[in-house]
Amino acid sequence: MPANPLGLGRAALSEEIDAWDVAVLPDGTGLPVGSGDVETGDEVFAANCASCHGDFAEGLDSWPVLAGGDNSLTDPRPVKTVGSYWPYLSTVFDYVHRSMPFGSAQTLTPDDTYAITAFLLYSNGIVEDDFVLTNENFTSIVMPNADGFYPDDRAQTEYPLFTGEPCMENCLPGTPQVTKRAIDLKVTPTDADGKPAGTLPVLSDAPAIPAVV
Amino acid sequence: MTDEPNINPSRRTFLRGSAAAGAGLMATAAHAQTADPLITEVQDYASGFGDPVDAAPYGTPISHEAHVVRRNVEWLTESPVSSINFTPIHALEGTITPQGCAFERHHSGAIDMTKQDYRLMINGLVDRPLVFTFEDLMRFPRHITTAFCECAANGGMEWGGAQLEGCQFTQGMIHNMEYTGVMLRDLLAEAGVQTAGKWVYVEGHDASSNGRSIPLEKALDDVMVAFFANGEALRKEHGYPVRLVVPGWEGNMWVKWIRRIAVYDQAVEGREETSKYTDLMPDGRARKWTWVMDAKSVITSPSPQAPIRHGAGPLVITGLAWSGNGRVTRVDVSTDGGNTWAPARISGDAKSKALTRFHHDMNWDGSEMFILSRAVDETGYVQPTKQALRDIRGTNNVYHNNAIQVWWVRADGEVENVEIA
Repeated sequence: MPANPLGLGRAALSEEIDAWDVAVLPDGTGLPVGSGDVETGDEVFAANCASCHGDFAEGLDSWPVLAGGDNSLTDPRPVKTVGSYWPYLSTVFDYVHRSMPFGSAQTLTPDDTYAITAFLLYSNGIVEDDFVLTNENFTSIVMPNADGFYPDDRAQTEYPLFTGEPCMENCLPGTPQVTKRAIDLKVTPTDADGKPAGTLPVLSDAPAIPAVV
Repeated sequence: MTDEPNINPSRRTFLRGSAAAGAGLMATAAHAQTADPLITEVQDYASGFGDPVDAAPYGTPISHEAHVVRRNVEWLTESPVSSINFTPIHALEGTITPQGCAFERHHSGAIDMTKQDYRLMINGLVDRPLVFTFEDLMRFPRHITTAFCECAANGGMEWGGAQLEGCQFTQGMIHNMEYTGVMLRDLLAEAGVQTAGKWVYVEGHDASSNGRSIPLEKALDDVMVAFFANGEALRKEHGYPVRLVVPGWEGNMWVKWIRRIAVYDQAVEGREETSKYTDLMPDGRARKWTWVMDAKSVITSPSPQAPIRHGAGPLVITGLAWSGNGRVTRVDVSTDGGNTWAPARISGDAKSKALTRFHHDMNWDGSEMFILSRAVDETGYVQPTKQALRDIRGTNNVYHNNAIQVWWVRADGEVENVEIA
């Protein structure tokens, strides 16, 4: 550590730490005492969550899908949900408790959150409908994609390939051909004249190149 | 604007034979047939008054620059408070991003926090859990750093093809500011990190919290807790009054409105580092903790929002390059789709982990071009093509697209976002 303490700040009180440190780590560190079952979770979810995420956590309109997508991670369009993708149950509890419902976060009690988490496990086919999730049995749940992640390996798999003196001349086997054009999709916001929004204004109506006599 | 390239052979010959870059313009002026009334007639602004000095205590850009604004693309996200907008990099020069048009990315909107209400807590595996006020933070030794903040998703919608029309949209989830603040290591020293502490978890005051885990080595290296950007307080939408600056690393980790720094013995694996900001690979597994943003560049003009309207002759190719792994040492430019490359000029300073401006001056003959730029950083890493990245990662990586961008310059001077093969 580079500096000696300057004596700034004051001691954090335990009730202040409890109010703000609600993080839950994968090993269960940070879990509050409490419990909730699937049936209660279904009710709490219906009241607080289903208007966006659907009655079965399947997602309404373009709101996030929380259940489903099993074995889709190598599909052309993977469906990444709590069940198909998320590695740890701790993240579900932590994120729901702290940041959901969207627009009225931090309104769920620990027991509400246990119940919703149990319901999401049920929606994803991970537990039966009589399951009760508690701070005691929480870490016994292993998510389907728990082994689906590995730390950044670009230093081994990419940097060696992309390092070195690059080609400067005669780099291509033939004449390049256009294979994709954004203009074909027409999904960019446009100005009134149909050009991409924010196109620089025209500065002159004069012919671009006056004839040289 | 002309519909057709207006190049006669004699002019081409003239330009090719001319050593002076300005010769074409001089010839134009010399051949004006009628006197320009903007010169020969006294204009109002040359006779009357302009605005008084009390007209604008805090100025905004002149109205003629109204196109230089942030823009969003509604269909990209389901809600405008958990969404993104884009910096107008097609219209900017140099390296410093004006704060007022620097991109935003929120997960629960841009919150309104006062310096009076502001609190910062340090807790966890520390000797002295602490609470700081904003006033406290202003008493720590200050440091300055200039760094790019690039969203991990910048260019993400281009993984599968060419989709959006303009570098504002395809490369504009980025800004570059000069920050003043205090080093995170100095705040941590105040609390005293215990030997079991290996990770720092930082979260914001907003409802989304945006908690991210940062390994202690990075936290003790160059991470800054910043109050000032480009000379003044942070803008509300950029984390007022306090944000994290994490040089070289993905923008999501630049936690805004930070309220808590916790030291743990393991990563929290929060939502923003499991569900999001993990990068799906072809085998169905995913990379996590892909923190660094690799070397990247883009030609900002000509580009789809900055077509060539001045006809053939001298043409400035200008662009940005950057690397999270250090300093940009070189940028190469190609006008033939990548068959031939020439080094561009680095204009100004090439600072480590900061936007770097390059220029390449050429004489455009009015024919079609595929223009590309390719950054090289001090580690020797050369910016790859999109296909080279897809060969390793497939097309569902979502994040970390640092591929070479291709612009197709048409003979009429219009410019398109394309892929070529």
